[in-house]
Amino acid sequence: MKKPVLEINELRKSFGENHVLNGFSLQLFEGENLVIMGKSGSGKSVMIKCLVGLMAADSGTIKIKDFDIVSLGQNELDVLRTEIGFLFQGSALYDSMTVRENLEFPLRRNRDKIKTSQTTEALVVEALENVGLAHAIDLMPAELSGGMQRRVALARALILKPKIILYDEPTTGLDPITSKEIIQLMRHIQQTYQTSSLIITHDVDCARVISNRMILLVDGINYAEGTFEELSQSQDPKVKAFFKT
Amino acid sequence: MTYFAIRFFKEVFTTPFEWKELLRQCYQMGNRSFLLVGVTGFILGLVFTLQSRPTLLEFGAVSWMPSMVSISIVREIGPVIIALICAGRIGSGIGAELGSMKVTEQIDAMEVSGTNPFKYLVVTRILATTLMLPLLIIMGDAVALFGSAIVENLKGEVSYLLYFNKVFDALKFSDIIPATVKSFFFGFAIGLVGCYKGYHSSKGTVGVGEASNAAVVYTSMLIFVIDFIAVFLTDIFFEI
Repeated sequence: MKKPVLEINELRKSFGENHVLNGFSLQLFEGENLVIMGKSGSGKSVMIKCLVGLMAADSGTIKIKDFDIVSLGQNELDVLRTEIGFLFQGSALYDSMTVRENLEFPLRRNRDKIKTSQTTEALVVEALENVGLAHAIDLMPAELSGGMQRRVALARALILKPKIILYDEPTTGLDPITSKEIIQLMRHIQQTYQTSSLIITHDVDCARVISNRMILLVDGINYAEGTFEELSQSQDPKVKAFFKT
Repeated sequence: MTYFAIRFFKEVFTTPFEWKELLRQCYQMGNRSFLLVGVTGFILGLVFTLQSRPTLLEFGAVSWMPSMVSISIVREIGPVIIALICAGRIGSGIGAELGSMKVTEQIDAMEVSGTNPFKYLVVTRILATTLMLPLLIIMGDAVALFGSAIVENLKGEVSYLLYFNKVFDALKFSDIIPATVKSFFFGFAIGLVGCYKGYHSSKGTVGVGEASNAAVVYTSMLIFVIDFIAVFLTDIFFEI
């Protein structure tokens, strides 16, 4: 049996009386695309932020490559984070830097973690070529369209060649054509680099194309789990609600 | 805010140092404030001399003008006015920039990429304001005295050489040292409050506006409090 590269057990998180996560658990296996679907405000983004230590969970364990992130010190956590790529919902490009500087930023302190003889310039160009934006290298983020920004953000997430990639709503706010391009890009990256991906979305098309397995997050727990085909044929009203078009 | 300040002192001495970003911030805050500080200082010296002149003439004490202006500007008016101007220009800028980075998840992105955003964004900015403000104040004071000298030269036919001789005769170390020391604290306050408000902003664009506004308001108050403490301590140690 494959070993999970990422494991969450009984994760709980509340904001005052608002109990967002009520014992959520998951396992992400090597080379797998796991999609988490849930309504807006269901705690998907909170869960992914707890996962990388941007938010502290109230209880539960989070293990990435056998490291319990709650028990890690800041330096150890920073080292572990370089093995995870994170695509933010709003791209989160540094708007005072050019595209080149955005991609160089993660390499500043972690250049030696990539076992390659390539120069920084070559790594940046390669990452941009992977997302089809080599020509935009000297542009500022404000000069890019929403879809281009998302692709640059994806290139930045990949620059340290991580084995795990977390996608927070990768297609939100994009038109259907650009969404398809981003989804294709995600598939291409997974096939090229053999990454394990955790994808948070409420885009059914995205889930259908990209998922190997899905978890529905309802009321802060894993409400249902299975492949896209299994869940889309479910007769449970709460599950069916996700797949209504 | 206390925890934020303690964290600054903890992180400022630990490696890796962000030299490049520190220099960039010094350039942004120092060089780009030159014009504003220069114009403010020039008009301050000009107006101060013009307004004081009739009163001094009335008492036959116009020859005291260079001494009075230099001591007032170097000890008190220059540092406080320029610090308030910088609180508006630099403090609000830091609050808005970090606030905007916070709400657009840029700070989170930095953290996730294995870079300590506190060290990269906060430590460099606080250091830059602490280092740059004394320089801006010295420059502003010099320009203010030059403005005053122009008025004295035109109205009182006092030569520039005589004016500045009188200025340097009047100024003592007990005027310059405390003023310079307190300007470091003004700079620290501008950086600290601006960074704190921006780094902890929330509620989207409204939060960014609030962070920027609060940075100016709280820094301005803090500048007066620091000034009061500085004058109190100067009185004890230098018997002004």
